[in-house]
Amino acid sequence: MLRKLLMALALCCAMPALATAQTLQSILQTHSEEVAKPGRRTVGVLLDDLVASELPQAVPFLEAWRDREIVLREDDGLFFRQRDGDLFDLDTGEVVGASDGVALAEARPNGGVRRAIGDVLVQFQLSDPDITKRQAAVDAIARSMDASQLAPLAASVAGEPDPTLRATKERLIGLLQASFAPTADARIQAIADLGSDLSVDTRAVLSKILATEPGVAVTLPEGANIAAILTPGVDLGTDEAYAQLVKASLAPPVTSAADVRRALEANIVDGTVGGLPVATMDTQEARAAAYQVLAEAGTVPPLVTPDDQAAALNAHVFYLSYSEPDVAITDAARASLDAIETKVALSQAADLGLDALSLASIYFLAAIGLAITFGVMGVINMAHGEFIMMGAYTGYVVQLFVPDYTVSIIIALPLAFAVTFGAGVAMERLVIRHLYHRPLETLLATFGISIALQQLAKNIFGTQARPLTSPSWLDGALVFNDVIAISYIRIAIFVLALIFLALIVYVLRRTRLGLEVRAVTQNPGMASSMGINPDRINMMTFGLGSGIAGIAGVAIGLFAQVTSEMGQAYIVQSFMTVVVGGVGSVFGTLAGAGLIGGLQKGIEWLNPSNTLAAQTYMILFIILFIQFRPKGIVALKGRSSAD
Amino acid sequence: MGKSFLSQNPSVLWFLIGLSVFTLVVTLLSEVTGIAFISTSFVKTLGKTLCLCLIAVAMDVVWGYCGILSLGHFAFFGIGGYAIGMWLMYARTEIIVLESLAGQVLPPTPQEVSDAIGTQIFGVVGSSEFPLIWAFADSLALQLLMVVLVPGALALVFGWLAFRSRVTGVYLSILTQAMTLALALYLFQNDSGLRGNNGLSGLQNIPGFEDTSQATISIIFFWASALALGLGYVFFAWVVSGKMGSVIKGIRDNEARVRFLGYHVESYKLFIFTITAVVSGIAGALYYPQAGIINPGEIAPIASIYLAVWVAIGGRGRLYGAVIGAAFVSLLSSWFTGGGAPDVPLGFYTIKWTDWWLVLLGLSFVAVTLFFPKGIGGLFDKLVRKPS
Amino acid sequence: MAKILPLASLLTAGLLSSTAAFACDDPIKVGVLHSLSGTMAISETTLKDTMELLIENQNAAGGLLGCEIEAVVVDPASDWPLFAEKARELLTVSEVDVIFGSWTSVSRKSALPVLEELNGLMFYPVQYEGEESSRNVFYTGAAPNQQAIPATDYFLEELGVEKFALLGTDYVYPRTTNNILEAYLMDNGIAAEDIFVNYTPFGHSDWATIVADVVALGADGKQVGVISTINGDANIGFYKELAAAGVSADDIPVVAFSVGEEELSGLDTTNLVGHLAAWNYFQSAESELNDEWVAAWKAKMGEDRVTNDPMEAHYIGFNMWVNAVTDAGTTDVDAVREAMYGQEFPNLTGGTAVMLPNHHLAKPVLIGEITADGQFDIISQTEEVPGDAWTDYLPESAVLVSDWQELGCGMYNTETETCVQLTSNY
Repeated sequence: MLRKLLMALALCCAMPALATAQTLQSILQTHSEEVAKPGRRTVGVLLDDLVASELPQAVPFLEAWRDREIVLREDDGLFFRQRDGDLFDLDTGEVVGASDGVALAEARPNGGVRRAIGDVLVQFQLSDPDITKRQAAVDAIARSMDASQLAPLAASVAGEPDPTLRATKERLIGLLQASFAPTADARIQAIADLGSDLSVDTRAVLSKILATEPGVAVTLPEGANIAAILTPGVDLGTDEAYAQLVKASLAPPVTSAADVRRALEANIVDGTVGGLPVATMDTQEARAAAYQVLAEAGTVPPLVTPDDQAAALNAHVFYLSYSEPDVAITDAARASLDAIETKVALSQAADLGLDALSLASIYFLAAIGLAITFGVMGVINMAHGEFIMMGAYTGYVVQLFVPDYTVSIIIALPLAFAVTFGAGVAMERLVIRHLYHRPLETLLATFGISIALQQLAKNIFGTQARPLTSPSWLDGALVFNDVIAISYIRIAIFVLALIFLALIVYVLRRTRLGLEVRAVTQNPGMASSMGINPDRINMMTFGLGSGIAGIAGVAIGLFAQVTSEMGQAYIVQSFMTVVVGGVGSVFGTLAGAGLIGGLQKGIEWLNPSNTLAAQTYMILFIILFIQFRPKGIVALKGRSSAD
Repeated sequence: MGKSFLSQNPSVLWFLIGLSVFTLVVTLLSEVTGIAFISTSFVKTLGKTLCLCLIAVAMDVVWGYCGILSLGHFAFFGIGGYAIGMWLMYARTEIIVLESLAGQVLPPTPQEVSDAIGTQIFGVVGSSEFPLIWAFADSLALQLLMVVLVPGALALVFGWLAFRSRVTGVYLSILTQAMTLALALYLFQNDSGLRGNNGLSGLQNIPGFEDTSQATISIIFFWASALALGLGYVFFAWVVSGKMGSVIKGIRDNEARVRFLGYHVESYKLFIFTITAVVSGIAGALYYPQAGIINPGEIAPIASIYLAVWVAIGGRGRLYGAVIGAAFVSLLSSWFTGGGAPDVPLGFYTIKWTDWWLVLLGLSFVAVTLFFPKGIGGLFDKLVRKPS
Repeated sequence: MAKILPLASLLTAGLLSSTAAFACDDPIKVGVLHSLSGTMAISETTLKDTMELLIENQNAAGGLLGCEIEAVVVDPASDWPLFAEKARELLTVSEVDVIFGSWTSVSRKSALPVLEELNGLMFYPVQYEGEESSRNVFYTGAAPNQQAIPATDYFLEELGVEKFALLGTDYVYPRTTNNILEAYLMDNGIAAEDIFVNYTPFGHSDWATIVADVVALGADGKQVGVISTINGDANIGFYKELAAAGVSADDIPVVAFSVGEEELSGLDTTNLVGHLAAWNYFQSAESELNDEWVAAWKAKMGEDRVTNDPMEAHYIGFNMWVNAVTDAGTTDVDAVREAMYGQEFPNLTGGTAVMLPNHHLAKPVLIGEITADGQFDIISQTEEVPGDAWTDYLPESAVLVSDWQELGCGMYNTETETCVQLTSNY
């Protein structure tokens, strides 16, 4: 089949004389309007003509058209290919002149037209020596499956040198056969072979085979492939069911309140309607009574009462029938799809779990710095969110100077830590140090710093979001199967969170500094009498907490947006994480982040159409949670619990 | 109370005199008398400022006297505004709807009227069903009751839960902040039935007063706000002056000792928390008809933090301090952001106050907390004490 | 004195040079009510600059009625109640003849009652959800039938989309637009279960689950398309997550109604290439007028600045107002309003915009594909579409029309033939 096609093409090339009767340009001119302003529904005629012409230059033309290289010369209405400032003749492929100084209009095919072109190109590209073109052809088939593609695709498999592409082709053949194989047995076999493939297109093929249409009748029709029988009120709403009856002309339409009003208005005689004065028609009951009178007189159709509706529903059977008439095929497809869907459900749960884990790690990163300053020092730092923002802007500034994204991230992470560490130490020395005995006032002072920093960022960087681009090796996602996937950037954040968890636990448990910090936490007076300088410890702790916020800022900026207000989005969440987890405990914060992340995803899953509601309910949950466990999940003994 | 109360608290008397004089002067200079030295929009600004002073006084009682740093009092303020706003919107729309339905051939049924009002109010947000919370919107008396009852009930339940669990200090602050955030997020949703982000608008048009000019309405609300502030001030001055005031201040200074003395600390705290919430609701109900619109952005957590800042700058633990703080900072703020302050050219850079005001404000909080913990009110103390 | 003198002479020189050309003493005042600080400053500051450029140009061309035009700029600071306060100030204290302003719906709703009370005149330049027609506002941005409906048609007709994900930020514009679109899609035979709706908060950043939900929509073999009314910054995270999930514009096309040149400028657009946006104007539109306008803008603001749709709306609105004042011979609001109806002015994208009696414009609808340089490739342009204040696709508003010229009513019920109300339902 394909060989024949190639031979035909070769013949065309060998005998250009034969083609002179019909050049590519002449075909394009007959469809000039269609080339210049193509539409998906109308481009078919042109494509059919091009294929029917069997011109060898049609294929390169289609490729160029898809790639937006075709232009219309406005002087004479001829089409050319434009590339590197030159115009090429479409039939001969020769340069006819420069494109500068010529009035040209681009012929821009839209997405739908490009897909149609891709479909036509499939047959020419399936065995093209260029692997990218073969891949494009296979992608085109996958996007719009059609019975006609089965034969050329099957013919191209044998000659496919690339093993991956070959596997893809074979898989596609399986999918095509499930829908379009000539015999029922072959289709059932193909459906069974689809087995446990979780991919969206496999499910799409099976779902299409299982497509149903709703029907209603007095008795179940013979010979129809019934998928399910529906009970009104249980499987479908009674109103919906009745509407179906009305649509099938099996019942009269419901008389709505507006219908009643219109009917009454149309039948007013001398200030009365149905013998009742118009002025009394100010209740629904009065109107119904008047309507009844009119209906009995036969001037309006009878009122359809709820009883009538129920009777009509009872007298009919509602069902779904498969479009596919063959019961064996639908049974096989149903069995396959059921098996797949069980796995899909499990995978979706796992995917949701991964999302929750990722969200938890982001909350953890944002909150851990706060856990240190709040937990260890009892200081509320409202400017914590602004330290996150400072970290993110540091990343942005580094990318301005270092264009290589990998290098810039490697520079940005420690630099963000250094910048926010410095800012944290400065703030501790200048402000917080003086307020240790007035924790509520620290809140106000740091809030002042927070709004000043935010406005400062606005003045420097503007209100517009700034880009922080991740290196290309963090693009894309880690795919476990067709449902479970997580982007590399989120994995990186997760790893970062793990590293910091380990680092902080190590610092607190295994180092001199950690020992001193814990001593100050538990009893500052005693610690100081043991020769520990609480001033230095406080400074270091605050710097550490702020520095980690800076690193969190870079991480958050990579997957979301860098704005002067980004800190605000995390500050309340971070406080909740710390308080829910238990102040002063790293593992408490971890537990808090896990709880909040998991909970938010869980609520989102229950109500996927409203993310805002999920956040609201989560906060309500936290408020209640704190009522019953005021000290959080992991309660700590020491200074912070001494109040 | 009467005479002895006022003579014990001369500052209350001075405050009332000052407030009355201020109200009279503003009225005389307003557009109502024809002098029109003060524009209607500025009368509205002043009226709103008085409402802010009232909630600041409430905040001072709960924080400055009782030691509870609530970061959620603007939630109560907003609820008060929503409660009155629902009636204002409903009643005004009802008038419009009845007028338009009067042209219909058949007299309208109650259902038709309700549907038409629903379409008018919720049409823009894509539905016409009346949510349940609008059940009393047709009655001014019931909605006025809601202004007091809803904030009161919310504060009572929230406070009871929190104080019972001995949630104190910064924990309580964060918890109240979470409460106001949850409420704001809830109201942001369209499904809340309060028109989502758009909120309730057109509140300055008072139903039944269509022919009264805004100049008159603004003065009426200005008086109402001044009256509410005066009454609120006297009430809170009375609350914090007697024996109860001593217990409350004791709780602020050392909660445990007061408890060991046999007082039921939780009840006192709950009372203060609830009563200040009610007053906040009243302040909100007076504020939003002057502002003209209420939407969820008004109760974002930041508003309540600003409230705390006003009180801190004005001076905690003295009621007039709260009034000064709220009036001073909010008026100054609108002067700076309104382009009232001239730009400062430095040659290489021009300081635009719209850009730099917030930086200045933020740093001034820091300065006040560090160097003037008693706020502006503290300066008065120094002035008063020096001669003696 | 010596110090003051140069300053004074400078001032008088400046005054002379600007007033010398004008015959009348009192300048005509134009109020500009756009947020210059707060969250909306990013979008609205550009419009303030646009107004200043337009007024400069008009003064250079001889002003209006022989008078100089003076801009009165105020800053409502993205604080919605302030829009009402500042509008009142502009109308009563500064006594402006017209206001150009507002961006968000809530800010317009805030200013509306004041405009109606004081019989002011405002030009509103942003695409919005419709369901409103005030006597005192001219809507120069797109109504849903001038942006959302044509874009949906494009999805249905050209891309063959059979299943829709309507993703939006949770506020009124997305809510109402999505309600209209749902009704419209069902009229076009799309089943209710093939429409997925999701609302997220402002500035949302956690998109992984939502993107997974959208991808999973393809499981029944239907072509999926996303109609996005996601606002502002949240778009960045959304497109990043789409790209990370390996979803290209060929797999699942996204058409956005709130992403324009200004939003894309300074962003890394590699993730967005091929996705779509629908507006009434793109900077890449090919016309001489547009080339002039873009050049004038860049000359004033700098080479790297871009133009966008709301700017064109002000461009048309301001020029129409100037012509209406010239026709009426006065800046009196009622006279100008009468003169506005039927005003025509050339679009920057070609063709002519006409002001309709319902206070909306007839404008062409453009659909563009995002390119790597942050601009749009225009792939579809319709004829002028008349803006519809009350959508035909929701049952309650299908019976309503607005016609201030003939019926003198912005909310006229064609079924009962009564004017529902003269002032807006805010």
